[in-house]
Amino acid sequence: MSTPVSTPDVRMGSLSAVGLVASREIGTRFRSKAYRVSTAVMLLLIVVATIVVKFFSGGGGADATVGVVPAASSLAAPLAASGKTLDQKIATSSVPDEVAGRAKVADGSLDALLTGAADGKLQVVVKKDINGKLKNVLNVLAGQVALDQQITGLGGDPAKVGAAIAGATVAVSPMEKPYEYDGQQLFLGIVTGILIYLSLMINGQSVAQGVVEEKTSRVVELLLSTIKPWQLMAGKVLGIGTVGLVQMLLIGVVGVVSARATGTLDLSVSAAVGTVVWLIVWYLLGFFMYAIVFAALGALVSRQEDVGGATMPALMLVIAGYLVGISVLPSDPSNSFAEVLSIIPVFAPTVMPIRLAMGGVPVWEAVLSIALVIALIPALIWLAARIYRNAVMRTGAKVKLRDALRAA
Amino acid sequence: MREPGLEIDAISKRYGDVVALREMTFSVRPGELFGFVGSNGAGKTTTMRIALGVLSADSGAVRWAGEPVTHETRRHIGYMPEERGLYPKMKVAEQLTYLARLHGMSAVDARASAARWAERLGVAARRDDEVQKLSLGNQQRVQLAAALVHEPRILVLDEPFSGLDPVAVDVMSQVLSEKAAEGVPVVFSSHQLDLVERLCDRVGIVRSGQMVADGTVAELRAGGAVRLLVDAPEAPDGWADALPGVKVLGREGTVTEVELGEGADDQAVLRAALATGPVREFARKQPSLTELFRSVVTQEVAA
Repeated sequence: MSTPVSTPDVRMGSLSAVGLVASREIGTRFRSKAYRVSTAVMLLLIVVATIVVKFFSGGGGADATVGVVPAASSLAAPLAASGKTLDQKIATSSVPDEVAGRAKVADGSLDALLTGAADGKLQVVVKKDINGKLKNVLNVLAGQVALDQQITGLGGDPAKVGAAIAGATVAVSPMEKPYEYDGQQLFLGIVTGILIYLSLMINGQSVAQGVVEEKTSRVVELLLSTIKPWQLMAGKVLGIGTVGLVQMLLIGVVGVVSARATGTLDLSVSAAVGTVVWLIVWYLLGFFMYAIVFAALGALVSRQEDVGGATMPALMLVIAGYLVGISVLPSDPSNSFAEVLSIIPVFAPTVMPIRLAMGGVPVWEAVLSIALVIALIPALIWLAARIYRNAVMRTGAKVKLRDALRAA
Repeated sequence: MREPGLEIDAISKRYGDVVALREMTFSVRPGELFGFVGSNGAGKTTTMRIALGVLSADSGAVRWAGEPVTHETRRHIGYMPEERGLYPKMKVAEQLTYLARLHGMSAVDARASAARWAERLGVAARRDDEVQKLSLGNQQRVQLAAALVHEPRILVLDEPFSGLDPVAVDVMSQVLSEKAAEGVPVVFSSHQLDLVERLCDRVGIVRSGQMVADGTVAELRAGGAVRLLVDAPEAPDGWADALPGVKVLGREGTVTEVELGEGADDQAVLRAALATGPVREFARKQPSLTELFRSVVTQEVAA
C-alpha cells in the first residue's frame, strides 16, 4: 500500500461540469414544494382567467334585456337596431302584460320594461334607475319614433327614408391598412405579458437566491476547487432556465387548451401555437438575459436578506417594461413609446411578447428586437462572469460592483 | 520521474497593502503527513486556497509531481475548506455523490464511494437526512467524507480537527494516517499542536505569511537551545549562576531549569550540581511543539 495507487482518470469536459450542476438544480427544484406550489397556482390562475374572461366578455350574452308589452311589440325590432348603432346588444323579450313585466323588472330579470309610445315619448319602467347606456339607446329609439311619426305625418314612408339614410355612408380609403386588433388578441397579449413578467421575477430571483445560498453555506469554495466559476454559473442558469421553461410550456399548453375548451378563444390552432411559441422564445431570451445579470448581482452579497437590494436595479427594468407594456398596450396597441421600448433589449422581453400576442408587429421590428437581445447576451455573459468570479468568494459585506469589475 | 509530491513554491499574495503571503515555500512528499501551524491570520488558509485554485497567487507556483497544478489535476485533491460548507438542504448521500461526480467520478462509482465513506465516518444512518438536520459534529464528519469521497491523490485539510469530539478526532487521525500510508501526501492545518506533534511526519510553522520553520519535530528541536532540568535538593540559590554560557531560567522547589548557550558544557553543569550535594535528576528537557512554536513565533516578533 505504500506505492501510490494509479491515478484515476478525472478528465471532465466543460459540458459535463455544466450538465452536472444544471441537473442538480433541476432535480432540487422539481422536488421542491415551492416550485410545485407556484406552478399549480399559475396553472390555476390561467384556467380561472380563461373562465373569467369568458364570463365577462359574455360570449353571446346581452348588455341589457328589455321587456316589451304586446302594445309596444312593433318597437322591439327598432330597439335592437338602435342598440346596434350604439354598440349595445339589447335583447328584447315579450311579456304578456304590464303587470307581469313590472314583476320581472322588480325581480331583476328585466333591465327595463317598454310599455308604449305616446306623444313622441317612450314609456319605460325601471326598478330604480336606468343604466346610462341603455338610456342612450332608448333616447335614440325615441328620436326614431318621433321622426317616423313626422315622416308619416308628411305623407312619407318611414321605411324608405330609413333605407335611404342607412345607405348613405362615408367611403373611407386609408392610405395604410390599419391592423385590426380584436379583444381576444388583447387578452392574449395581457396574459403573455403577465406570464413573462412572473416567470422572469420568479426564476430570475431564484438564480440570485441560488447563488447566494452557495455563498451563505460556503459550499461554493468546495465547488470552485473542482469546477470553474463560469461553469457553476452557467449550470445554475441553465438548470433553473430549464425548470422555468417546463413551467412556461405547461402554462402555455394548459392555457390554450382551457381557452379553447371554454370557448374564450376561437383563434385557430396555428394562431394559438404561434402565441405559445413566441411566449417560449421570449421567455428564453428574457430569462437568459436577466438570469446572468441576476447571478452576477447575487454574487455580490452573502445573505439572503440582501438579495432583494442587490438585484433591485435589474428588477426595476423588468418591472418598468412590464408596467408600460401592460398599462399602455391594451388601450393603445400601436403606441409609439411602447413600440420603441419593445426594441430596446432590456425592455424587449417584457414589452415585445405583449405586442406579438396582440399582433400587427412589423416583421423587421420582431427580428430586430430578437437580434439585439441575442447580441447583448454574450456581452452580459462576459461581464457577469467577471463580476461573479471576483465576488463569489468574498463573503461578509456586500461587494461593491466597481470592485468586482475591477479586481483581476 | 519526479515523485508525485505537492510543492508550494515561493507563493506570494497581497491584498492591497496587506501582504498575506511572502514567498511561502514547502513541499509534502507522498505518504507524508504535514502539519501546518501558525497563528491566526498567518496565511495558512490563504496558502491552501491558492493550492486549490480558489484564490490566485500574485506569484509563485503550485506543483504536483513536478508539474504545475492545473484545473484537471486539482480534481485529485481532497479539500476541506476552513469555512465548512455543504448544501444545507441536500441529503447526505446525494450531496456526497454529487461532489464525487463533480470530481470526475462516474455515477455508479460516486454512489458506491459515497456509501462507503458515510459508513466509514459513522454517518451512514443519516444518509437520507438533510445536512442541516445533522449535529455540528456529524456535519463535520460529512465534510470530511466530502473531501475523501472522490478518492483523492492529495489531501489538503484546513483545520480538520476543530469542532470534533474525541471519538471523531480518533477516526479522523486514523483516516489521515491511512491515507498517508496509501502514498497520499496529506497537508493539514491545526491549532491543536499536541495532535500535530503526535500525528505528523513533518511540521511547518508559518508566521506573517512566511514559512519560518519546516522539518520533523526532532529537527525543529535541534535548532533550539538545549535546556536542562537539575534536581539538586541541597543546592543554594544561584549555584549555577557563575557557570560560563549557562542561563538560569528559574527554579521550582528543588528543580532548577537552565538553558545552555553556545559552547556551554552540560557536564560542567552536572559537576557543579554534584558539588552542592546529591543530584536526584539530571535531564535534557524536550521542548514540546507548543513551546517550539511559541519560541519561533516570539523570536520573529522580537526580530
